[in-house]
Amino acid sequence: MAKFVMISLTRGTPFRLVAMSNSSIPTSTTGTPLVKRGLAEMMKGGVIMDVVTAEQAKIAEDAGAVAVMALERVPADIRAQGGVSRMSDPDMIDSIINSVSIPVMAKARIGHFVEAQILESLGVDYIDESEVLSPADYVHHINKWNFKVPFVCGATNLGEALRRITEGAAMIRSKGEAGTGDVSEAMKHIRTISGQIRDLSAKTEDELFVAAKELQAPFELVREIATTGKLPVTMFVAGGVATPADAALMMQLGADGVFVGSGIFKSGNPEARAKAIVKATTFYNDPSVLAQVSRGLGEAMVGINVSDLPAPHRLAERGW
Amino acid sequence: MPAPIGVLALQGDFREHRQTLAAIDVDSIEVRTLGDLSKCAGLIIPGGESTVMQKLAVAYDLFDPLHDALKAGLPTFGTCAGLIVLADEIIDGIAGQAGFGGLDVSVRRNAFGNQLDSFEVDLEFKGVTGPAVHAAFIRAPIVERIGEGVEILSKLSDGRVVGVRQNNLMGISFHPEVTGETRIHELFVSMVRGI
Repeated sequence: MAKFVMISLTRGTPFRLVAMSNSSIPTSTTGTPLVKRGLAEMMKGGVIMDVVTAEQAKIAEDAGAVAVMALERVPADIRAQGGVSRMSDPDMIDSIINSVSIPVMAKARIGHFVEAQILESLGVDYIDESEVLSPADYVHHINKWNFKVPFVCGATNLGEALRRITEGAAMIRSKGEAGTGDVSEAMKHIRTISGQIRDLSAKTEDELFVAAKELQAPFELVREIATTGKLPVTMFVAGGVATPADAALMMQLGADGVFVGSGIFKSGNPEARAKAIVKATTFYNDPSVLAQVSRGLGEAMVGINVSDLPAPHRLAERGW
Repeated sequence: MPAPIGVLALQGDFREHRQTLAAIDVDSIEVRTLGDLSKCAGLIIPGGESTVMQKLAVAYDLFDPLHDALKAGLPTFGTCAGLIVLADEIIDGIAGQAGFGGLDVSVRRNAFGNQLDSFEVDLEFKGVTGPAVHAAFIRAPIVERIGEGVEILSKLSDGRVVGVRQNNLMGISFHPEVTGETRIHELFVSMVRGI
């Protein structure tokens, strides 16, 4: 039988029920907001890479990825092949979990809490409730408080990020436009989120009530961000990162780390590119290192300009 | 003014360590190069991915200098991944995984399982007085073998070792830097200042 305890998340936010496990350590608690958010803290300054096979996962681990994202098709292929895109086959996720020692993430469709339950039972370390897959619910996202496994969710602006955090996300990534190799949307999203945080910090307490209404986010969370000047969870960048320079650009703009999807295994020399992006993410402020790691990487993934994508094919517009 | 404490800033939660040091009024710098390393009176190796820290240290010619500095007596404190890279033997590492070494212990990576097994618990910690230390274990390692001259600082209630010290090196499985616990950092600063 699970017992339940009340745990306060952050100052002023509502109390939540968190299941206590019957693990071998007495009086310990698993699945708490602290350990969920904490795993993302440990990934900071690192690169999370999309992989579709155990071999690719191994290449990613050897190149220095802090985690891998297990999925059946990288976003560039999802885009090319079209159709409904769903959670990956558990066999494929198991084979990736068994092939690496770094954390393994996997994607569930927006609002598809049963896919999330399945992924949790497989023992993945993080679930990405992702707009890259076809949404299962066009109104609601998953109630992520119901899970012991942490979730990362995409956001294009601060209000969206705060709504996801309110639903229990333990990590935020800017959405970008996945599968394009065009970093301009990722740029727009991280600039928007950072700018909105700065705007909040400049407001008086009186003005925060309207700000919360405009952001469509809970007042207490908005007030916390106005005070601390940052999100209460780690924020990575995703979508269109294809080169070491792209990764360093995102880090200089204040990202805590980088997701690289199609950019690595859709390029000419995945191994070299993976290593180069890892180094660029650490030494993002050192142009001479960036120049060195940018040399001789072979062809980058073939890109698609986001402005050439008709609106219905823009993944970033999924989620609300 | 005393020399600052360095925090290895290749990857991981190095900012939280710097904030914890700032909270006890201790100056710190981020260590990414040999030049940075030479300025520090002590070093903290943060939580993160031990495999990644090793690769980045090798790529940036820090691996051997760190090994040498630790051997020469640089006071060093590792949390989680930091404990792993201090250990002489790493169990369940990836092929070719090695740390900077110096701590005569064997440490098992991901000893509790995957993220679903990450947990919080209260602990006793040698040298820390007052209330119990509230500890967060996140895909944490444990110490499975203790060499001669290694002092046990903390154990779980089932006896598994999660904190050790040998001469200038201290390593723990958990993350005081994410729970707002400052007393273990204070202990390390006393180690550095030789108090």
